[in-house]
This record gives sequence, structure tokens and C-alpha cells, in this order.
Amino acid sequence: MLASPVLILGARSDIGRALAKAYAAKGCEVILAARGDISADATDLALRTEAKVRSVSVDITDGAADAFFDSLGVVPGTVVMVAGLLGDQAESAANDETAARVMDSNYNGPARYLLAAARRMANVPDACIIGISSVAGDRGRASNFIYGSAKAGFTAFLSGLRNAHAKTGLHVMTVKPGFVRTQMTAGMKLSPVMTAEPEQVADAIIKAQDKKSDVIYTLGRWRLVMTIIRAIPEPIFKKLSL
Amino acid sequence: MPYRAPLAGWGRYPVRECTVWQPITTQALHETLMPLPSVIARGNGRSYGDASMNVDATIDMRRLDRLITFDEATGVLVCEAGVLLSDLVASLVPRGWFPPVTPGTRMVTIGGMIASDVHGKNHHAAGSFCDHVDWFDLDLGDGRVMRCSPSENADLFAATCGGMGLTGIIVRVSFRMLKIETAFVRQRTIRVPDLDEALALFEQSHGSTYSVAWIDCMATGKSLGRSAILLGEHAKLTDLDPARLAAPLVRRSRKPKTIPIDFPNFALSGFNVRMFNHLYYAMQRPGDAVVDVDPYFYPLDAIFEWNRIYGRQGFLQYQSVLPLAESAKGMRRLLEAISAAGAGSFLAVLKRMGPGSFGMLSFPMEGYTLALDFPATSDNFALLERLDAITADHGGRVYLTKDARVSPERFAAGYPRLDEFRNLRAQYGLDRRFSSLLSQRLGL
Repeated sequence: MLASPVLILGARSDIGRALAKAYAAKGCEVILAARGDISADATDLALRTEAKVRSVSVDITDGAADAFFDSLGVVPGTVVMVAGLLGDQAESAANDETAARVMDSNYNGPARYLLAAARRMANVPDACIIGISSVAGDRGRASNFIYGSAKAGFTAFLSGLRNAHAKTGLHVMTVKPGFVRTQMTAGMKLSPVMTAEPEQVADAIIKAQDKKSDVIYTLGRWRLVMTIIRAIPEPIFKKLSL
Repeated sequence: MPYRAPLAGWGRYPVRECTVWQPITTQALHETLMPLPSVIARGNGRSYGDASMNVDATIDMRRLDRLITFDEATGVLVCEAGVLLSDLVASLVPRGWFPPVTPGTRMVTIGGMIASDVHGKNHHAAGSFCDHVDWFDLDLGDGRVMRCSPSENADLFAATCGGMGLTGIIVRVSFRMLKIETAFVRQRTIRVPDLDEALALFEQSHGSTYSVAWIDCMATGKSLGRSAILLGEHAKLTDLDPARLAAPLVRRSRKPKTIPIDFPNFALSGFNVRMFNHLYYAMQRPGDAVVDVDPYFYPLDAIFEWNRIYGRQGFLQYQSVLPLAESAKGMRRLLEAISAAGAGSFLAVLKRMGPGSFGMLSFPMEGYTLALDFPATSDNFALLERLDAITADHGGRVYLTKDARVSPERFAAGYPRLDEFRNLRAQYGLDRRFSSLLSQRLGL
């Protein structure tokens, strides 16, 4: 069951847009949330699908999660946290403020907003919280560990939230998409076998929500790759350039 | 932020590393354009050659894909230029609306349809896509955004329709969709043994809404130009059997097949291509049928990445049109040159076109157009130059959207309003700012 309305936090991202289309196509009411004005996207989606769509402005790093949910005027049936920020590892390593922004956007903000959501959704039938985490959180690597460690924290957060709500009926799902062809990865040379389209990710998420999956890799092969990467002993791992 | 990526058209020739910008709002586009000295817009990359590539700055328009308003009473749609035709078909066919003109693929953007002034199987009666456009907003890159229509900035309107993106970037479009009762087409298939009969049948078929011929480009001698002609009408409710009548506007979904690899060159041997054409002709069973809109209008969209069938080297598509009085003679010469070279394509298309368009560089003219594919080999470059010569002899022109190699002289000979187009570009200061590999090659 897909519980409406579906709140998409980070609705301007490619995965957020694909999710909004997929939920609307399934007949769900959709609330698009992103920084600034995305009412044009809501109009577009309503015209395409004849679904009920509205937009709200949000900054998930503002520390005002409770006020945001109070102002929605409705308790969502489904909340998807898509917001995040890859940043640039070298820049983040050199600059404290840049690093803080990556940490806030991938851990502090998402965790605080989802806590506020969970406080309200525990008794909603078929309620579901979905967090888009990352394979980068499965093991810290030199090339992206500031982003990766925030995602690792977010993965642990989702796991704990799922555990805490095992008896309330609020389901919590962790999604690790691997490479996705989005603005975040534009221009990167990605292996086509390991790269998903945003629409594939959206379809996989909706299918998994229906089955109440706990943790999904939207491309199954990533589970194998990350199992291997996690199994490499640290003395060897630290000398690799991955 | 921009990024570097190798780009190509649908023919996968040529390939060039380009700097790509992908703005996500029309305002972001506006601000991106201002400091850039030379740019071109790129829609879904389905023009075949080098029209949608600028090495310094190519603007990927696919994120500007919002529907803005749709009037269910009149069918007037306002949308951003990066909207995919396939999305419109998916959203609006179930509500009883179809594009007024559609090319042979639905994987194109609305902006690209204007820049190419695309035509469809209904050109003889309905004209080209721009005949159905009420207005568009054109970003000139220097701070000006101009509303263009047949009555407002009509010179920019006429230059932009078919103008290959060289007059600015189309950001917003209003056009009229066509009301349909069902998602089906009443199709009549007629096989004709040679070119003369094909042309005669087209001349008798002006009353059909849609008409097109698949032509066996490997047939020679008495069979030269043998074809299967497909006529079509949007099916009415009264044309449907009870099973289909239950859901008249539902498109049956099919999973697209994929060409998973670049075909090796031997797959394109003359023998294989000849056999394919022979079989394809034999498969076209004469008679009447009611078929789905998708296989009727978009047969090749059912095969994902079909362009890989021509191998790693890429392919060239050749499409030219000849004026009516010259068509019989000229088409015969084109087909003879192609079959003599033994370089035929898997699918060749022949179509009767109606009167030409108001667009300064629009391709259509009253007469017949022939379109086919060739692997991008040196033999075929030479063959296509021979085809250019035949087209020029008979007063015809080549279609820029399909082109990657025509010479500036052959191109100019086919487009009498070229100077007017150039003058307008200079007058509005667009000639240096909007530029593509195609415009640089042709000195546009």
C-alpha cells in the first residue's frame, strides 16, 4: 500500500522528480518540497497526471522541522527524503564551512526532519518513511569520505528509526541507489552497468515500499560490490585508491 | 555548472567533446546565456548529424520540460521547449488528444520540433509542425526574450521555424493538439510493384489523413521503387471492435526491445540488407486493419537504441525532397544510384509532401521526399555526394536535420531564402552568438 499524501523532500533533484511522477502516476496525492519556488513543477505534474499535487518551500537544514510539519496542515502517509549534497571532497577537506554544509545536508538536516515526521506518523495506517542514503556510506574512502560519512550516519539513523518503530506500524526503508544518471553525476565517467536512470530508481523504490522492504540497493549488483568492498581488510583497504 | 562530454546526433557521426550546460529553469537559462559568446540548444539529440552540438557551449534543454497550461476545450497546450513528445503522447492520448504533426519518433522535444519544423505522414494535408504553433518565446541570449508569432515579430518567427536553433533559444511554446476519439489507427496497406505506380497511388490518396511508403531501395530494373504504401486515419469509436471499445483511448504498453551491442560490419553486407528489404516488403500484407497508434506512428521507437544497428562507425541519413514536376524523373535517378551502389538501407521512406512552409529554412516543398540510412563509410560519403548532385539537378533540397556532410554550395542551392535568413541573423546580432557544428560547416 502506498499511503497518501506523499511528501517528497528534495523534489527538485532528478530522483525527486522521477519519484513525484511515479507516485502521481499511481494515483497518489503528492506534495513537492524543495528550496525556493517549485510551484511550476507542481502545475506540470498535475497537468501530466491529473493527480492532486501541491508545492511547499523548505530548507531541511533550517532546524525548523516541527514548524514545517505543523504548517503542512496534513500528516503525510509517506515521506521520502531525497535531499542531499555531494559537494567536492577536496573543497570540503580544505574548508570547514563547506564540510559543515555537506554534513548538514546529508545527516543533520535529513535526520532532524525525519524525526519530526516520525513523531507524527506513528499511528498513520501504512505510513512509510523512505531515506535515500548512499553506497558511499558503506565504507569511508579517500575520494568522498565527508559525504560518505554523513551518509553512513544517515544509514545508521534509518536503521535505528526502523528498529524503534518495529511495533508501531511505521515502516522505514533505506535506499542505496549506487550511481544514478543525474545532475549530481553529470559529466562523470560512470560504468553503464552500475548506473541507473532516475526512473529506474523511482520504480524500484515504489515496488520495495509495496513489499515493505527494509534496505534496498536499487541496482542489485551494488549489494555484491559493496559486500566485497566492506570485506577488504583495513590494512589493505587503506592503501587502495578507490 | 557545465561539464564536458562527448556528444553526437542520432547517427552517431560525428562525435565531439562538448561543454554542456543543463539549466533547470528558464530564468537559469537566461542567466547562463548572457556571458556565453557562442551557444546552441540541444533537445533530445535526435537530429542525425551535427546540428545540436557546439564544442564551447551546448545547452541541454531536457530539464526545461514543464507543462504550463492545457485547455481541454480547445486543445491549446503551453509548455516549456524541452518537453518530450513521448511525454505528451503518454499524458494526453488517454484524454483524447494527439500531436497535430508527429515525426517518425516520439523521442524528440517540442523545441527541436520547431527548430527542424518537422513533418509527418500528414504533411500533404496538415503542413509541418510550425503550422500548428500559435507562438513561442525566444531568448536571444543578450537579455531580450521575444514573443514570436505569425503576427508578432513575424520575421523572427519565420526564421526560427526550421531555423536549426540559430536564431536564439526557444523557451516556451503554445500549440494546438488534435482531438481524437481513440488510440487506434485505421490502416490500409497497398503494395505497388514499381515507382510509377507508387507515385500514382500517392496522387490518388490526397484524401487520406496519413500516407507514407516503405520503399525497397535494393530492388532494381522493373521492380525499381516497389513499395508498400500505408494509408491511415484516426479510428473513430464506430471503427472499434467491442474489446477495444471498452478502453478506446488506452495505449497498450509494450516493453521496448533493445539493440544491446554495436552490430559488427558484416551484419550490413549487401546480402543481408537485400534480404531484409525483401522480407520487409513481403511482410506488408495488403488490406485493412485497425492498429495501435504506437506501431503505426513510431515503429522504430519499439527498438531502443536502434541506431546501434549501423555499428560503431555511426551512420548517415539522407533525406531530400524534389519538386513535384521533377519527382518521377529525379526519384528514379536517386533510386538507381542507390541500388547500383549496393548500399541500400534497412528502411527507406517515400512520402508525398504538400506545399512548402513559411519558415525561411524549412525543409518541406511540394513534391516527393525520400529518406534512407547508410553506414558512415567512405564509399557512402561519395555516394551521398552523387545523390546531392541528382537532388540539385532536379531543383530539390536536403534536410538539415538529417545531415552531417552536405557541402555549403549544395545546401545553398536548395534554399532560396538563405540570404534573408543570414541578414536577419546579422540584424538581430544572432550570427555570432548562436552557432553549431552544422552552422560552422555550412557557413550559415
